[in-house]
Amino acid sequence: MSVAEILDDLEYGPAPESDTEAREWLAQHADGTQLFIDGEWRKPASGQWFDTLDPATGAVLARIAQADGTDVDAAVAAARQAQAPWAALPGHARARCLYAIARLIQKNSRLFAVIEALDNGKPIRETRDIDVPLVARHFYHHAGWAQLMASEMPDRAPVGVCGQIIPWNFPLLMMAWKIAPAIALGNTVVLKPAEFTSLTAILFADICRMAGVPKGVVNIITGDGATGELIVRHPDIDKLAFTGSTEVGRKIREASAGSGKALTLELGGKSPFIVFDDADLDSAVEGVVDAIWFNQGQVCCAGSRLLIQETVHDAFIAKLKERLTTLRVGPPLDKAIDVGAIVDKVQLDRITSLVEQGRSEGAEVFQTQLEPSKGGYFFPPTLMTNVHPASTCARVEIFGPVLVAMSFRTPDEAVALANNTEYGLAASVWSESINLALDMAPKIKAGVIWINSTNLFDASAGFGGYKESGYGREGGREGAFAYTKPKWIAAAKPIEEAPVKLAAIGTEPGFAGIDRTAKLYIGGKQARPDGGYSRAIAAHDGSLAGEIGDGNRKDIRNAVEAARKAAGWAKASEHLRAQILYYIAENLEARADEFAGRLAMLTGERKPRARREVEAAVARLFAFAGWADKYEGAVHRPPFTGLALAMNEPVGVVGIVAPEAPGLLAFVTLMAGAIAAGNTVVMVPSEAQALLATDLYQVLDTSDLPGGVVNIVTGDRRALGLELAKHDAVDAIWAFGPQGMAETFEKASAGNLKQTWCETVARDWNDEAVSGGREVLRHATQVKNIWVPWGE
Amino acid sequence: MSAPVSPRESASVHHLPNARPEVHPDNPGIPLDLEPVRAMRANLSAIQRRAATLPTRRTVKKQWQAAWLVKALQCIDLTTLAGDDTEGRVRRLCAKARQPLRADIAEALGLADRRITVGAVCVYHRFVETACQALEGSGIPVAAVSTGFPAGLSPFETRLAEIEASVAAGAGEIDIVITREHVLNGNWQALYDEVKAFKQACGPAHMKAILATGDLKTLRNVGRASMVAMQAGTDFIKTSTGKEGVNATLPVALVMVRAIRAYREATGNVVGFKPAGGISTAKDAMAFQFLMKEELGNDWLQPSLFRFGASSLLADIERQLEYYVTGRYASFDHHAMA
Repeated sequence: MSVAEILDDLEYGPAPESDTEAREWLAQHADGTQLFIDGEWRKPASGQWFDTLDPATGAVLARIAQADGTDVDAAVAAARQAQAPWAALPGHARARCLYAIARLIQKNSRLFAVIEALDNGKPIRETRDIDVPLVARHFYHHAGWAQLMASEMPDRAPVGVCGQIIPWNFPLLMMAWKIAPAIALGNTVVLKPAEFTSLTAILFADICRMAGVPKGVVNIITGDGATGELIVRHPDIDKLAFTGSTEVGRKIREASAGSGKALTLELGGKSPFIVFDDADLDSAVEGVVDAIWFNQGQVCCAGSRLLIQETVHDAFIAKLKERLTTLRVGPPLDKAIDVGAIVDKVQLDRITSLVEQGRSEGAEVFQTQLEPSKGGYFFPPTLMTNVHPASTCARVEIFGPVLVAMSFRTPDEAVALANNTEYGLAASVWSESINLALDMAPKIKAGVIWINSTNLFDASAGFGGYKESGYGREGGREGAFAYTKPKWIAAAKPIEEAPVKLAAIGTEPGFAGIDRTAKLYIGGKQARPDGGYSRAIAAHDGSLAGEIGDGNRKDIRNAVEAARKAAGWAKASEHLRAQILYYIAENLEARADEFAGRLAMLTGERKPRARREVEAAVARLFAFAGWADKYEGAVHRPPFTGLALAMNEPVGVVGIVAPEAPGLLAFVTLMAGAIAAGNTVVMVPSEAQALLATDLYQVLDTSDLPGGVVNIVTGDRRALGLELAKHDAVDAIWAFGPQGMAETFEKASAGNLKQTWCETVARDWNDEAVSGGREVLRHATQVKNIWVPWGE
Repeated sequence: MSAPVSPRESASVHHLPNARPEVHPDNPGIPLDLEPVRAMRANLSAIQRRAATLPTRRTVKKQWQAAWLVKALQCIDLTTLAGDDTEGRVRRLCAKARQPLRADIAEALGLADRRITVGAVCVYHRFVETACQALEGSGIPVAAVSTGFPAGLSPFETRLAEIEASVAAGAGEIDIVITREHVLNGNWQALYDEVKAFKQACGPAHMKAILATGDLKTLRNVGRASMVAMQAGTDFIKTSTGKEGVNATLPVALVMVRAIRAYREATGNVVGFKPAGGISTAKDAMAFQFLMKEELGNDWLQPSLFRFGASSLLADIERQLEYYVTGRYASFDHHAMA
């Protein structure tokens, strides 16, 4: 076209980014890529390679090595070999490596950006301006954690060898999120990039060599789902970190159950984007663009559910439609493109069919027109209206540039709609009223809340989900913790439980007095067990100590329901929670003799020793009463005008299977820690010492504890714990017992991806530093990051 | 994006032989309506993010860039507003305005048959006659800054008289300044009355209302002042006098063009936009052009609805165009000074 013609129509014209250097890099790998194991490049043992495609054209970009079991074994062995020396280095030495990586990424930023755009199909603008700078930032930030680990986390040690599996939507960024904290904190890694997008990870491996990362610290192996499964099931891996679909996350949870591997999961979402009538609507429209038409909508935290206040619904939809028509869809390497190609035909087909299903369910579909296809997997930015919470497209994660819009009437309804999903990754709230916006933030169950903004990320702020969007955080201090474990664990011994001896029915009671009936404690009331059976608890000498209710599935169901109904406890002030914990302590102390006597009878301990356990329990209640208003969040300072508030929020309903011993102290510790943080609990006490728990409910009853905050179901811990683990309205399961118990519970937890704290080694319940503070509270809370920009 | 709203065929001097019909400001104004003024929202951080990504989301290369820069050049209100202006200085500026592009460059761009001029020449009242004489026959309008520019605090009758005098002297465009006090005090009626009176005094001349956004401080104030000025009938809204601490910025421009869009959606009336002050490079100019195209559409890339208030911008555009033509970066002395 001539200048004169363009002067008349003023179109943009092509603006291609050169791919010369990227093509040269690809040419160097023309014989197929290799695996980066123990600091060197190796051909895959299988001798197999698979093609990776350019989604914008469908052309083959490279042949990627398929790692098999031999390769995974070699990579894990290299990581194992390297881990102890790497962890033993001074933090400063590790910091220097991370710093060098950050610098090298910046020095090669355009090569990374172009290869990423070629491999993934995302626009070069995004790889250049968002992905790569965030990657460099992540290594800079974590260089700091390497340096500061010894002084800031004196009680924490590296987890060990980490198996990391990442998705294709942000190949380079997700790799940084995984590798930077892991190696900063003394771990070594075996990382597998997604099958569709392996290239930048391969380039990154070379960067590691150049940065002087010791061999074996970072191992990059490529392959398909089978390779990932080999990592998940590998016995010598200490921690798994996965980002991807909820479906695969569930499988990983099941497959790793009972293995003792630490696990963090960052999974799917259907995040709400909430627009109130007092929002800056034009800015909110741009927010929507960044929420769902960023990265072709292939973003786990994409604002894919638009909730608009009815008063501005039509005006906002009109603005949005107009804006949608100015989005430019096209070749990812064009610098003036907003939306590139979908990563693969499989995904394109899935998006297409979900939109068609939406149409058939009555949705109105508004789309931009695409240029006639020249190959490649493109999907037009799409807005679906006349959608309802019951519509498939409003519930399923579409993972494409598809927005569904619904309306609401009041803030309460917005919260209800926002939370009406199994996911809980992120939410965006648009309002010019600080009162309204900050009122919404705690009510939405999601790990990240963006006020008047969306899709903001930074290494200093934790990212991760609530509910079935996974657990664990990436970024910030909260993310750094996910790559450490308490130091005491290294020397801890496995929990061994002797079979519980029950007294036979018909056994003479070991004491004289009026017959007492220990019941279950549900919703603040004593309840008979649904099944109508009791268990005869033996005293240490085999005589009958008393009978406890033999709880069953229905008792758990009732207890969980009661715990749900008591959710208002989370809103009680920390001061009030502390007061009640103090009051429980006061009332326990008043009956200390009685509890000590019961302990002595059940365990055969001498009375002074039993008395000490009661005193420890009283002190523990004080400890968590003290913590209730001191387990504060943080104010992160990401590089933007505003702040990110990291709030410690309760997890919700926690099912707790207490250890067999110490029957009183452990029970009180776990209960107090959980409720101090605002959770409600269903407690399954020690079987042999269950009478202590049933004695305790009388203490609770007299301590102003609202009904349902603590529920106690006695009986078979394995059976009752399994019911808790299977219950999808339970948000977390804690269990302290042998490995078999952890395996069963962790496997069952996959149903709703409830958080698990299944400890199979014996902790020191007496040590307040270990069991009376942050370590328990960290499990009792989840971090919500609320991004609050400011400026007028 | 922008459905053409009541495009008026006009005998515009900017009408190019092969170009589509231009849309011109068409704003009779409306009675003061405080609802959109009070409802004005402008979220600074969100607007800053949009403004920051606009120039990274869009770019033009090669002949597209050349064409866009020629268009930018055509939108320049070539300006001299200095205390030491003289008739000689103004005549020199007018000469440049007639021939902003060296003939060989225009030839190489394939634009030899088009009359490429700047959008207007902008001077103080004192030099309106001089400029009119110097521009005679060129079709380039003379714009006069007026109403006690830049502070706008001279007696009201004096300000009206200044407009009338400039129009009588031949100014086709009047750049008025508003009383910032009215905005800062929320005295919308006073602002409305003032702008409306200025517009009446302009008669046939096009009026641009300078909001002096650097003095208004907040984007909400900018949005509200934009809305009231448009309701009062201004043909253009303009950011700055060039004398405030902060001049034309992309966030401010974003708020103003969104106000233009909202006003057009509510009334059907079309208003132009003029960022002024601090826009000195071709790259800056293109960022504003992208903003106009993205937010309002192609009609707002034409000089009828879009002007740059600038003095040194022209030189940088010329040099960029020379680079496009020759592949060599130009010496400043290769181009005639204004």
